[in-house]
Amino acid sequence: MSDKQYTVHVCQGTGCVSGGSEKVFYSLKNEIEDSAFDHIHVKRTGCHGFCQQGPLIVIEPVGIDSQREGIFYTKVKTDDVSDIIQSILPKGKPLVRLLYKDPATDKPIPHYRDIPFYNKQERTILKHCGNIDPEDINEYLAVGGYKALRKAIFEMTPEGVISAVKSSGLRGLGGAGFPTGRKWEACRKAQGDGKYVICNADEGDPGAFQDRSVMEGNPHSVIEGMIIAAYAIGAGKGFIYVRAEYPLAVSRLKIAIEQARQEGLLGDNILDSDFSFDIEIFQGAGAFVCGESTALVRSIEGKRGMPKAMPRPRTTEEGLWNKPTLLNNVKTFANIPLIISNGSEWFSKRGTEKSKGTAVFSLTGKVVNCGLIEVPMGATLRKIIFDIGGGIPGGKALKAVQTGGPSGGCLPANMIDMPVDFDSLTKAGSIMGSGGMVVMDEDTCMVDVARYFLDFTQRESCGQCIPCRLGTVQMFKILDDITKGNGRPGDIDLLLELSEAIKRSSICGLGKTAPNPVLTTLRYFRDEYEAHIHEKRCPAGVCIGGKEIS
Amino acid sequence: MEQISVNIDGQDILAQKGATILETALSNKIYIPHLCYHPDLRPAGSCRLCLVEMDNGKLVTSCRTLIKEGMVIKTKSPGVDIARRPVIEMIIANHHMDCKNCAKKGQCELQRIRAYMKIDKKSIERLRLPQEELPKDLSNPFFERDHNKCVLCGICVRTCQEIQKVSAIDFAGRGNNTKIAAFGDKPIAESRCESCGECVIRCPVGALVSKSLRRPTTEVKTICPYCGVGCGIFLGTKDNELVSVRGDSGNPVNNGNLCVKGRFGMGFVHSPDRLKNPLIKMTPKERTALSVQPSALRGTSSLVPHPSSLFKEATWDEALTTVAKKLKKYKGEEFALIASTKCTNEENYIAQKFAKVVMGSNNIDTSVRLCHGPSIAALHSINSFLWQRSVRLDPEGDKGDFKDEIEKASCILIAGANITHSHPVLGLRVKKAVENGARLIVINPTEIDICRFAEIWLKPYPGTDLALIMGICKVVVDEEAHDNSFIERHVDKFDDFKESLEDFSLGRVERITGVSRDVVEEAARIFAKGKPSAVLWDTGITQYSQGTNNVLSLINLSILTGNIKHSSGLIPLWGQNNALGTCDMGCLPDFYPGYQPVADPEIRKKFETSWGKGLNTKPGLTLTEILDATLEERIKALYIIGSDLFSSVAPSKKVKDALKKAKFIVFQDMFHNETAKFAHVILPATSFAEKDGTFTNIERRIQGIHKAIDPIGNSQPDWQILCELARKLESSGFNFNSPEEIMSEISSLTSGFPSQKDKFKFTPLQYKPSAEVSDIEYPLILTTERDLYSEGFLSKKVEGLNILRTKEFININPKDAADFEIKDGEMARVISRWGEISGEARLTGATPTGLITMDLLEEKINQLINPVLDPISKTPETKICAVRIVPQKESQHDE
Repeated sequence: MSDKQYTVHVCQGTGCVSGGSEKVFYSLKNEIEDSAFDHIHVKRTGCHGFCQQGPLIVIEPVGIDSQREGIFYTKVKTDDVSDIIQSILPKGKPLVRLLYKDPATDKPIPHYRDIPFYNKQERTILKHCGNIDPEDINEYLAVGGYKALRKAIFEMTPEGVISAVKSSGLRGLGGAGFPTGRKWEACRKAQGDGKYVICNADEGDPGAFQDRSVMEGNPHSVIEGMIIAAYAIGAGKGFIYVRAEYPLAVSRLKIAIEQARQEGLLGDNILDSDFSFDIEIFQGAGAFVCGESTALVRSIEGKRGMPKAMPRPRTTEEGLWNKPTLLNNVKTFANIPLIISNGSEWFSKRGTEKSKGTAVFSLTGKVVNCGLIEVPMGATLRKIIFDIGGGIPGGKALKAVQTGGPSGGCLPANMIDMPVDFDSLTKAGSIMGSGGMVVMDEDTCMVDVARYFLDFTQRESCGQCIPCRLGTVQMFKILDDITKGNGRPGDIDLLLELSEAIKRSSICGLGKTAPNPVLTTLRYFRDEYEAHIHEKRCPAGVCIGGKEIS
Repeated sequence: MEQISVNIDGQDILAQKGATILETALSNKIYIPHLCYHPDLRPAGSCRLCLVEMDNGKLVTSCRTLIKEGMVIKTKSPGVDIARRPVIEMIIANHHMDCKNCAKKGQCELQRIRAYMKIDKKSIERLRLPQEELPKDLSNPFFERDHNKCVLCGICVRTCQEIQKVSAIDFAGRGNNTKIAAFGDKPIAESRCESCGECVIRCPVGALVSKSLRRPTTEVKTICPYCGVGCGIFLGTKDNELVSVRGDSGNPVNNGNLCVKGRFGMGFVHSPDRLKNPLIKMTPKERTALSVQPSALRGTSSLVPHPSSLFKEATWDEALTTVAKKLKKYKGEEFALIASTKCTNEENYIAQKFAKVVMGSNNIDTSVRLCHGPSIAALHSINSFLWQRSVRLDPEGDKGDFKDEIEKASCILIAGANITHSHPVLGLRVKKAVENGARLIVINPTEIDICRFAEIWLKPYPGTDLALIMGICKVVVDEEAHDNSFIERHVDKFDDFKESLEDFSLGRVERITGVSRDVVEEAARIFAKGKPSAVLWDTGITQYSQGTNNVLSLINLSILTGNIKHSSGLIPLWGQNNALGTCDMGCLPDFYPGYQPVADPEIRKKFETSWGKGLNTKPGLTLTEILDATLEERIKALYIIGSDLFSSVAPSKKVKDALKKAKFIVFQDMFHNETAKFAHVILPATSFAEKDGTFTNIERRIQGIHKAIDPIGNSQPDWQILCELARKLESSGFNFNSPEEIMSEISSLTSGFPSQKDKFKFTPLQYKPSAEVSDIEYPLILTTERDLYSEGFLSKKVEGLNILRTKEFININPKDAADFEIKDGEMARVISRWGEISGEARLTGATPTGLITMDLLEEKINQLINPVLDPISKTPETKICAVRIVPQKESQHDE
């Protein structure tokens, strides 16, 4: 690779692959191999984040030609391949037709670093997602990969690792935000041998794909995080519970695990130390509830994935096969090597007082720039939606932002300057969740949005407890009736009454948070409900007939 | 138990530490609504109705929260109501509300909750109600499933997992489409459900209900008449009819658990086929006169002509007079009596007394000969039969029982026993023991259900168990894992035994049995390490021409490891409910009651004095020998009680010839059968439900049975019939007015005998192959397995069991099937050296290559075999038969 002057990064995240980037990659590769252009290297990478513009290509000079650094091509097709190669040749010029154009001015922006979508972000977890080949461990090693593991094993005690994680202030990025170090410490202290580390990669929120992108783009960062965790708590075996609907993530993880084993980073006597640990991939069968820790554990045990009722021992004490088990989200693990390598202070510099580090969001909906973004905790909604997201398309007005998927809530446009962190979102009635963010404009009906999310939860309830099983379907039917003009007086009170009962009495987080989309829309957009019920009118013009519903 | 004080709803309560809030409340008559809680199961906490408020305002599920000292609990509060009321309203709204026509009316937990919460129609009507109606699952003959009434409490699922350990059902689907389903959402009858009904009795609502809906007016405590486990039951009656069965939770044998036969299999009592009147065989002349009557054509099955075509009804006096007149002619050794293992101890005592005193014959035996003759012989030969548990004729039973010891065992060896089918409730104990950490070793040539729970499944070729078990003994000795101190104190000639083990090098064992040596070694280590290690065996060990030696090999192992000192050290799984009692009572050709030998002059004298009659000095013949003697006309009169010799003894043709040769046959039973066709007089006996008495279970627990209904028709209890007949034959000593009177006579003759032995002996053994061997012409070995739904003739009279019974499949390994061109589901012929049968072939990996397995259906198997007898116990080798298999179609072309 070092003898090449140019590297063509072809995004091979699921989004770009679905747009045909795999074909682009092979035709580039073939054409270059068949030619005498031995100064060009074609490389597969993970997600670059700007999925809306895919398939994406970034051309990096390896030498000194800073003029040509980070040329960013969008919506690339196989037909463009010859032209792209020509553009890299000594006399070549950037292909203007493939450059990203500023939506306001229509002016092409050739360089990656000049695009607001990128330069307003702070990418740490995602830093290497778009520039290393996820199927080649050497590329991860080349950017400092597994140095943290070495440091942990040879320079730190398990307690030292835990203390570093604790003082970093890292909180679980699966949604609930439980302090990671405290969890590790509890698991370290739990009695019993045969402990387990589980990576929760059962990302199921509609529209969320950040965990998938990390696994596809930088699988070793997750694996390294898990190994360090295993070292810290004293586990010998780990599982990555990944949805079977993520075939590319599964295959990249498999390759990465195998390569890590080859390098002596997994298996017996890791790096010739006394520490042994190995990872197995467990593919989930698509039940949303299996993202809940006890359901996930049961699922690995071969049982039906249903959450366990409280009071029960914590998973850190009695988890998989009743052994102490550490369960963290993909991004939580991906943060670990960064914290160990760069230090806790480096990590805790970013973020707010109680929410440290960065947050990764899947930015979707009525926003100009859709894609995967990373910002420091505490960034405002305005920064995310307008600075990075480029605002609302078609000159429409922002109406609301939904965060946290079906467990989260809708925040109104007037909260645009709210900082996004665990506690602010909870206070506002929503949650951070796993990082979904859906932007809604004035044409969105908030009752319809609530109906959509309740439709999702009522389907995904495991059916075990009555409040969740029957409560979500009851709420969905009421919302469905309202959007169809069949709302009855008293339905709003009924929704509130049911919400309260479901929140208080459900077994797990799925049920406890299921009313959130209804409660927040009722809190901020109650008038829309009233218009539907009493005036048989949908103010946004979405529900049947658009206006008068008879 | 430590007591702690809590306060519930303002009431100070002293409660047991370790109890949950819900348990504490319920036991103090404070009701908390609940649906998914059941005292027999681990709390799931899934219905969320039992929420209570703690003094910090937090809501907790009372079923999962343990009480703590000083807890203040509110079961009713605004906070509880906010969380609970809408949930209850929703479940009611979602429930099929046809309470009036529901079988659970008045016993429904949801009805109770609704009343407690005072939930009115209005609060239900504001909710959105379900639209679709799900079809009922009526596939099981004994119970139905109605999803529309199901509240998804999961009690049935947990019962199937935790109690029955079958896991036939689970939650399926998601959200509001969640329902309880069998695998693949197939009808329950097509699942692995064992129809035990444990879920049905626990369902809090009307989702699982028995198809028999009549509620009893009285209940009678008694004992199940099926297998040797002897589960306690309550028979519910109404208008002199059995309408329900309930497990007796106070009975330590079963703690309320029942299998399908016990819970649902009592229909035979009211079977229309019950014999209601004495019958006398018609003369040819009488038959011709009647042959025009259409009733002669009525038949219960094509095999068995209805009695009315051969017999005429008679009064008891006519019938017994006829019998007495005939039997007078055949006194002494020309008479033989086959007693029934289904009858009570008292009846069997009378039966053997009748044979010995009235008829002067020791020719008395039972069907135990066909299955556990070797167990009796082997246990006797080491004087251990009675050591385990002396014959204590105390109807209260013994307190220390091996059921508990099985649950406590650290290793269990099950040899040749399909325990979950043959003794289902004892099977539950084994499963429980495994759950508690016991290590299970199974020896069986085919894969049976209990193999799922086994740590080691040893799969010897049929008939090679002896070599395998002696191989295990050799490993134990070689690795010095035997119990030396026990052997030194209690056993002689250990060195001789050690020497005899030289024949069982693991290489040789592997070649004989096909079990690899390292598996034998591992099994031996686990067994020797177990303290205690229990040994259970059944007909897979005994029904061989080496049956007695097979049992002796297990005894050797139990002595070697010192386990024989525990009551679970050696457990023969007697098949029928009173098989052991029948032997205890002296229905054996060489013993008086209590195993007092006929051949011992002193003992004989004692009985002669007591019974007031000179007794035959010569030990009698065994069942198989009786049939031979009948064929040879040395025996001329047979008195057959509750047995179908034709169906149960092989070869069928020989039995038929023998029965034809007999000059006079009395047949005494509840039902007509194939054997009855050869009878001259048929005497109708009552079922267990119509009489008092005692049964002795496999752990020698003597349990009382109690009359629940009046005798059907003119049937009479067996003891009454025999006593009346004895009186007609002018014998004294049969004037009993009740089973209790008989029992006191038994006690007077058996007390003080026998006592615990403290010496044991090893039996050096040699391996001999089975008499039946495969060859080129008969390349496969047929062996039989027990079926859960079959248990002698009673089960055949229960329609539902007939429906559930596995079809008479011929099970064959797919590889063999390919070789012999047998296709799954097609008819095939199985041909032996002695006969042939046909049936539907089923390809299954559970049957190893080289074998064909069939469920135990004696009448079929008995057409295939001409068994060699075990020389010691005279038990026929019926577990093994060399056969070949051909597709039915092809053979039709051939012939």
